[in-house]
Amino acid sequence: MTALCLQGDLWLGNACLIRNLALDLPARGWSCLLGRSGVGKSTIARLIAGLPGAYRLDGRLQPSDGLPLAGRVAMLAQDAPLLPWADLVQNVTIGARLRGQRPDKDRAHRLLAQVGLAGMESRRPAALSGGQRQRVALARILIEDCPVVVLDEPFSALDTVTRLAMQDLAAKLLVGRNVILITHDPLEAVRLSDRAWLLGPDGADRLDLPETETPRDYHATTTLAAQANLMARLHLSSTARCAG
Amino acid sequence: MRWLSAPAPRALLALGFALTLWQIVVWLSGVPHFILPSPARVAVSLWDNAPVLWDHARFTAFNLLVGLAAGVVFGVATALNLALSPQARLMLRPMLIFAQAVPVFALAPVLTLWLGYGAASKIVIVTLVIYFPITSAFFDGLMRLPPALQDLAQMMQATPLRRLFLLQVPQALPALTSGLRLAVVYAPFAVIIGEWVGSSRGLGYLMLMANGRGQTDLMFAALVVLAAQSLILFAILEWFAKGAR
Repeated sequence: MTALCLQGDLWLGNACLIRNLALDLPARGWSCLLGRSGVGKSTIARLIAGLPGAYRLDGRLQPSDGLPLAGRVAMLAQDAPLLPWADLVQNVTIGARLRGQRPDKDRAHRLLAQVGLAGMESRRPAALSGGQRQRVALARILIEDCPVVVLDEPFSALDTVTRLAMQDLAAKLLVGRNVILITHDPLEAVRLSDRAWLLGPDGADRLDLPETETPRDYHATTTLAAQANLMARLHLSSTARCAG
Repeated sequence: MRWLSAPAPRALLALGFALTLWQIVVWLSGVPHFILPSPARVAVSLWDNAPVLWDHARFTAFNLLVGLAAGVVFGVATALNLALSPQARLMLRPMLIFAQAVPVFALAPVLTLWLGYGAASKIVIVTLVIYFPITSAFFDGLMRLPPALQDLAQMMQATPLRRLFLLQVPQALPALTSGLRLAVVYAPFAVIIGEWVGSSRGLGYLMLMANGRGQTDLMFAALVVLAAQSLILFAILEWFAKGAR
């Protein structure tokens, strides 16, 4: 159970990316950060995951329990790096092996079955499709059992149908964690999030979402209306910026 | 012409073509056999001198293999140390570059002076010559871990040693193979230079003797045996590289 509070100005080099960030990311459920490319979404992902970069937060990133975040955040990015020389079980258990712990192979087999890759355990990543590779990366996150999971445009490289299937799978398997979804896809944001913000240079605007359960049905009128509203907001923010 | 696409018949055909050309040149030009012997003469010399050649070839092969093994062990160990420790990089890298700037072949006479006419001086020359390409190729490979895998190691809280052996080393194996290819090409040079400079055995010594006595056909026969050794080494390396993939 780890809620996060992120406040302050985010800098990249000498340029201020986002001023007056104020995000409360609760311990359970999906928080979505939307925004156009270049706004600083991936920088926030690296900040929360504790990865090095040229960024600086003039403010604070604080877990609710006050303990250090290191080791409690897992991240799934667009092209998750799998080890080309290792089979799927070895790929899923790499975290334990890197820390010098005994890898739990039975659990890796169970998780690979849960993400729909039963029977492929001895394959190498090169023998998988893009969607299957992201499934392996998802299993690798699940085995780490981190309370905070950052998804940085995790399904953007996939075709539409595979993307919908992966969204449903992720929603099912990551339940009960603090999931931070970073995306530029309005439908993805509306389907999966419990709360969402639109990021811009002047901070984060809270967005309205339907009251229904996630993952939301993509034919439901409430979902479609929310998606259309979101598109309008994104479009508006981009035209405002071009005019300004 | 489908049989031509297989490597073995193609190699044989190329070899046959080269030998035929050589034989024709010898016939047409009428070069005396002590300047350029015909392939047939070389073949006869190979047959007649087989016991002598075998004896010298064994000595050369021993130097070659021990030198290669030592160079690979030292090179790999140095690269691993450099990759693991920034202090080692600070201390050792300038020394390595300096060592590379010294042509090791030029040290052959000194090494013979220090280590004598036996196998030791040849082994050390081979080791020194291949040490740098192995170290350099493997170290470059180790340091070229893709950023996404660096992130993975950081997020998984990898220990430096496990990061090295579980991510960097597998990633660097193709680079090490390139270094080994260079080593296998350089090593026969090195061993022959060593045997030329001062030796009483080995194919290099035999070539020098044969040349001095006008036995050019024997010299070419020794050359053929040396080339065969290089090719066998190369074939073994390629076989290993294929297995690793």
